[in-house]
Amino acid sequence: MDVLNALVAFLNFVFIPGLAYGAQLALGALGVTLVYSILRFSNFAHGDTMAFGAMCTILMTWWFQSIGISFGPLPTALLALPFGIAATAAFVLATDRVVYRFYRRQKASPTIVVIVSLGVMFVMNGVIRFIIGVDEQNFSDGARFVLNPQDFKVMTGLAEPLAIKTTQAVTVVTAVIVVAFLFWFLQKTRTGKSMRAFSDNEDLALLSGINPDRVVAVTWIIAAGIATIAGVLYGLDKSFKPFTYFQLLLPIFAAAIVGGLGSPIGAIAGGFVIAFSEVMVTNAWKKIVNYLVPEHMATDSLLQLLSTDYKFAVSFTILIIVLLFMPTGLFKGKSL
Amino acid sequence: MIVVEDLHRHFGGFRAVDGASLTIKTGSITGLIGPNGAGKTTLFNVIAGRLPPTSGRVLMDGEDISGLPPHVLFHKGLLRTFQIAHEFGSMTVRENLMMVPPDQAGERIWNSWFARSRVAAEEKRIRQKADEVLDFLTISHLADQKASMISGGQKKLLELGRTMMVDAKIVFLDEVGAGVNRTLLNTIGDAIIRLNKERGYTFCVIEHDMDFIARLCDPVIVMAEGRVLAEGTADEVKNNERVIEAYLGTGLKNKVKEAASHG
Repeated sequence: MDVLNALVAFLNFVFIPGLAYGAQLALGALGVTLVYSILRFSNFAHGDTMAFGAMCTILMTWWFQSIGISFGPLPTALLALPFGIAATAAFVLATDRVVYRFYRRQKASPTIVVIVSLGVMFVMNGVIRFIIGVDEQNFSDGARFVLNPQDFKVMTGLAEPLAIKTTQAVTVVTAVIVVAFLFWFLQKTRTGKSMRAFSDNEDLALLSGINPDRVVAVTWIIAAGIATIAGVLYGLDKSFKPFTYFQLLLPIFAAAIVGGLGSPIGAIAGGFVIAFSEVMVTNAWKKIVNYLVPEHMATDSLLQLLSTDYKFAVSFTILIIVLLFMPTGLFKGKSL
Repeated sequence: MIVVEDLHRHFGGFRAVDGASLTIKTGSITGLIGPNGAGKTTLFNVIAGRLPPTSGRVLMDGEDISGLPPHVLFHKGLLRTFQIAHEFGSMTVRENLMMVPPDQAGERIWNSWFARSRVAAEEKRIRQKADEVLDFLTISHLADQKASMISGGQKKLLELGRTMMVDAKIVFLDEVGAGVNRTLLNTIGDAIIRLNKERGYTFCVIEHDMDFIARLCDPVIVMAEGRVLAEGTADEVKNNERVIEAYLGTGLKNKVKEAASHG
């Protein structure tokens, strides 16, 4: 029995990675939920908006690195982030002008707009691959660890290391700031309130003199902003590869739906539910269990429930279970 | 003054509004009545910009406003309420009212950060106005309730209150009395008359309750099958043969006449 080592191993392999991944999913799901509740469709292009934002930020980061600008121990990408957000917002607004506005004027049904967003997704997919290629890109720099595993071992004398990567710390801190800002914006500012009003009852919002074009534009800008931040954080933490962002759509939508589509708090909760389930189901529990059970019961098996190749199955299973018992999600979003 | 000229609104082959022409005089409380399916609500929807007209024109003080979107009409002082009351359910009653005034300083994100005192002062002023309106409508006690929680009749009052947050010129009320009890209906009627007298609002009211119409409205316009059938005081239209026919059909009308001559 070695509870302390078991706890450290749990923190190191499950809790910290889950927290960072959950924060990334939560940010992604927030964007999906925002577009869903205000523009009233499920935006399949959101994953690629994240990729586009990350790509713009990476290009800017490379340029910064080439002229010798750095952000000390923090990743240079954080400096490049505002430029990435601006570029993505401009791209998304242009897409709205060229594509979505037409369908909005036609008062097209949400199903049609969803398919339209699928088309936008493929175009963005192509644009991204055309500009940066299909390969993996690494752009994280600065200090690698906030808490070095070796230092931790020396400090505590435990057998198990505990590592906190800079990117993980940056992810969680940034996510907290973004979420706090978003909630302040939606609850306290007049623009945020008109967005909520628009989401609540579009007819009444129009009759109250709220300009729909403005609400739509602000929504796209915010969605592009959060998507870029989520994309960059994910890229810093793992690595940037266009295809993985396309795959990320699944857990992100699962998170938004599990939490309740249209509910920002739900999106955050959903993000962590999906992330922790994925990490826990695909984690090899052997080490942790062997610390906890008496020596003669120690196991040789990995105790891994599911290979990481199947991790997407986890989000789907949770999605189905939640929809069966709570069709509007954990936080009572709009029903599908 | 609102002038509607030969207005049509068709849905496929169905002519919901089929050549309606009418005038709503400034300062009047004009009643709009007619059997179900006469096209009253569609007419409202077209005038208030929710649906574009198939053909015809709507003039507001001489300016062509046909087909303008609702939020633009709002800024011109043309407001409406819905048959089934609408509200921002997740906000309180007071917040619902505070949503209305346009061009608030807080609308600019920079102001929310850098001009806080200005935004706060303005919010205070709008809040005061909202409280005055709630007081006027005798629903001050509901100010901090979630709007989704108040009763149907109270929602109707809230809709009326929304028009009071700005200087409306003309307000279209779609069945303010539907599903509202007598007492509350009287409160609503009083509020309409006061707004008309004290603030010079022009009203156009769709309503099925003839007592309510007779108390408030002059003139009364009767619609049937998408057209204007008759116009006059409440008494005049009540005794108009064509109006009775439209409501009851020819057969029933004759029976009523017979009964009247015998009795």
